[in-house]
Amino acid sequence: MSTSRTESAVAGTADYLDQRTGIAGVVKGFARKIFPDHWSFLLGEIALYSFVILIITGVFLTMFFVPSMGLVEYEGPIASMNGQLMSEAFASTLDLSFEVRGGLLMRQIHHWAALLFMAAIVTHMMRVFFTGAFRKPRELNWMVGFLLMILGLAAGFTGYSLPDDVLSGNGLRITDGVVKAIPLVGSYMSYFIFGGEFPGEDIIPRLFTLHILVVPGLILALVGLHLLFVVLHKHTQYPGGGRTDKNVVGFPLFPVYVAKAGGFFFIVFGVLAFMGGTMAINNVWNYGPYDPSPVGAGAQPDWYMLFLEGSLRLMPGQTEYVIAGYTLSLNVLIPAVVVPGLLFTFLAVYPFLEAAATKDKREHHVLDRPRNVPVRTGLGVAFLTAFIILALAGSNDLIATHFSLSINAITWVFRIALFVAPVLAFWITKRICLGLQRKDRELVLHGHETGRIVRFANGEYIEVHKPLAEEERWLRVNYDAHRPLEIEPREDSRGVRRKGFRKDQALQRLSRFFYEDRVEPVTPLELAAAHSHGEHDQLKGHSSDSSLAIVGPDGTGLDDHAQDDHEQNH
Amino acid sequence: MSEHQKSSADLVRAAGAGETDRFADPGVPAHQNRMADTDPRAAKRAERQVVILFVLSIIGTIATIVVYFAIRPDGTTASVRNANLALGLTMFLSLMGIGLAAVHWAKTLMSDHERVEERHEQRSSDEMRAAAVTVLKDGADDSGIARRGVLKGAVVTAVGLFPLTIAVPLISSVGNDWDVSKFRHTMWTKGTRLATDPSGRPIKAADMTIGSVVHVIPDAPEEERRTHHWITEKAKSVVLLIRLDPADLQEAEDRKDWSYEGIVAYSKICTHVGCPVALYEQQTHHLLCPCHQSTFDVADGAKVVFGPAKRPLPQLPIAIDDEGYLVAQDDFNEPVGPSYWERLK
Repeated sequence: MSTSRTESAVAGTADYLDQRTGIAGVVKGFARKIFPDHWSFLLGEIALYSFVILIITGVFLTMFFVPSMGLVEYEGPIASMNGQLMSEAFASTLDLSFEVRGGLLMRQIHHWAALLFMAAIVTHMMRVFFTGAFRKPRELNWMVGFLLMILGLAAGFTGYSLPDDVLSGNGLRITDGVVKAIPLVGSYMSYFIFGGEFPGEDIIPRLFTLHILVVPGLILALVGLHLLFVVLHKHTQYPGGGRTDKNVVGFPLFPVYVAKAGGFFFIVFGVLAFMGGTMAINNVWNYGPYDPSPVGAGAQPDWYMLFLEGSLRLMPGQTEYVIAGYTLSLNVLIPAVVVPGLLFTFLAVYPFLEAAATKDKREHHVLDRPRNVPVRTGLGVAFLTAFIILALAGSNDLIATHFSLSINAITWVFRIALFVAPVLAFWITKRICLGLQRKDRELVLHGHETGRIVRFANGEYIEVHKPLAEEERWLRVNYDAHRPLEIEPREDSRGVRRKGFRKDQALQRLSRFFYEDRVEPVTPLELAAAHSHGEHDQLKGHSSDSSLAIVGPDGTGLDDHAQDDHEQNH
Repeated sequence: MSEHQKSSADLVRAAGAGETDRFADPGVPAHQNRMADTDPRAAKRAERQVVILFVLSIIGTIATIVVYFAIRPDGTTASVRNANLALGLTMFLSLMGIGLAAVHWAKTLMSDHERVEERHEQRSSDEMRAAAVTVLKDGADDSGIARRGVLKGAVVTAVGLFPLTIAVPLISSVGNDWDVSKFRHTMWTKGTRLATDPSGRPIKAADMTIGSVVHVIPDAPEEERRTHHWITEKAKSVVLLIRLDPADLQEAEDRKDWSYEGIVAYSKICTHVGCPVALYEQQTHHLLCPCHQSTFDVADGAKVVFGPAKRPLPQLPIAIDDEGYLVAQDDFNEPVGPSYWERLK
């Protein structure tokens, strides 16, 4: 009886809504939409959920936080600070931590969620990069994601400074120093930000407005756009049987992903609650209110700012110049503006760069295995290497004190490593990728080693190889090995130099950099040849099946006959 | 060997010819039944587990509320920490219960048959594109904007200019008085006593032993030091006072009388990006900035010996007054702190 009453109530509500919105079409199209499944797709979800958690805990904090630099004398439970002069921002941070029950938990969840938010964005971006999910038609969504990362940094930076403690105050002071180094307008930009001389009385309320309105508003809008694109494009999928660029294989949104993704929100929130409950973070009462004089040794910014800090630390000071009486502080501009500028530009333009080198106009919905695009993977690892070295350099004082090393020596090692390590990382990664591809070829051509040794009547020993299952093989042969672009010659048939040759030539160079070294997937013909070849060759015990695997710059095989050592047999 | 090369050349040719020749897609792998799909007892067990997880969440929520009302910290750090721990753990239970229950439900009991949905190319059909262009063209024709050039200019100009009504007042107010020449001056003047930071007690030369370091602010009345203006001034005026053995001190000719019996005063604001330079190493006379490790040699005019700063710390010329207190001879003779474009102008 009650069931039918519920049913009629639901039907009534649905009817009411649909008559006013026509929502049935949306529900029909959307509710059973198919999403593919993979753990790495959860990274973006973590970013989204930590943002929601940031808003929930942030709203709680705004109820008690006073964004003012007005000075008050502290009176409260922390005896050591009684009578001390501090800004209302700092005093209210103490109050909401110590006197608002649950306030400290919300504050700590908020801070941990901010760290997780950036970590999830960065790892999600890595997933998208290394699997080539940024390719057509998703270039624009990559740009949206890129902007979200920048806004995430802005949100973190503006929020970090709000408690007006010594640590974040010195962070603002560094910001002031960096801004002043900007040629021509630096001094005025410093006034623009601080409303006069550093620190002034305006910066906390200004950062507050940015932190709780402008930046999250923009993030919210772009998250909406980001997800709209996901719906429009449908999600990418990892390669596998039956998965093509023309379909999407997975589970329906309702109920599977409602449960899984909805549940995952609670898991992320739960983990953050656990962290907020058990792990102290940013105990500002230990630092004290902002005062321009003291500074703690071993001070670190939040992790996502470490690379900037490290960049500032590595730059030698000799590069400040005075030109016609004007001071040009390249010792600040290069590490704080040029280096992050280069890193971010690389991220922003990479999809377009690769598309130009590939001249590939097709839509891609099946993800790449990172090994199958060695140069992209190498560039990504090189980028991360540079980022990590800069971040480590941002902790060079802690490394020095923890490992009893000379800070000067560490700084010099990082200075050199910043240039050498990414190149090495690129080269090693590319080689590993090519090696893995060759391993794939070998597996497809010869099958798995079984460890079973057989002796023939004529005395020869061979190891029996087990052929790959169809699904296993498909994963290893189903990719495109792009080739460098072919361009029209400099002169046409009548010997006239054609326009645009130089541009084409530059593109070709780029393309060669990307695709000169490549490993082609095994074709059925090769597999058949390998089998027959193996049987004919059995007694000779040699084969050169894989010699065409790598094509060198001059079109000859780069290497290698090492694989011939274990001959296959079926 | 030549045989092998020949055979591989054959293969290359063959592969080149058969480029389109690819393996066939084996299709979506067959569905593997889970335990709960085939065994009703397993399904029942999974259902029970999901229910237990939801119940744990309910217990967690109730516990959070109980903890909130029951534990009232007395304000000490330890009591706040304990209350925080209790609230955090009960909240964890409340949230994690729901999360694990939902995911477990989806993984064990909801259908896990993979479905295939077609994708459609993002590009619109040619007809659709043509229709869109026509619609836009009709609209533009309706407005007559192409024919009315003056109108076009007027609308673009008006809309382009109106943001100035907000931007100009905002920008001209946001930087206060925009008087960046304030960077040049600090509170130090001729005769200002050096006082300890933060107590504000003036310092006598006789109080300084060799090797001692004092963090210094300009002597100012207590009321002044309790204003916001003071913080901004202090951000430029803080000084480090260090007494060295005069034999260790190398001084430039024109600065011989800027120190007093081996006592030197340098701006504490780093010339790199402005952190307070706070770490003094007595043995080497080196001052280290804890932010970016610029290292200054106090015995040698606070010149940079390592790190990202270029310029020495500005020196405050000091002397003693009639009562033996250390005083400034004058303000710094250059702007303190980080470099900026018109610094030397």
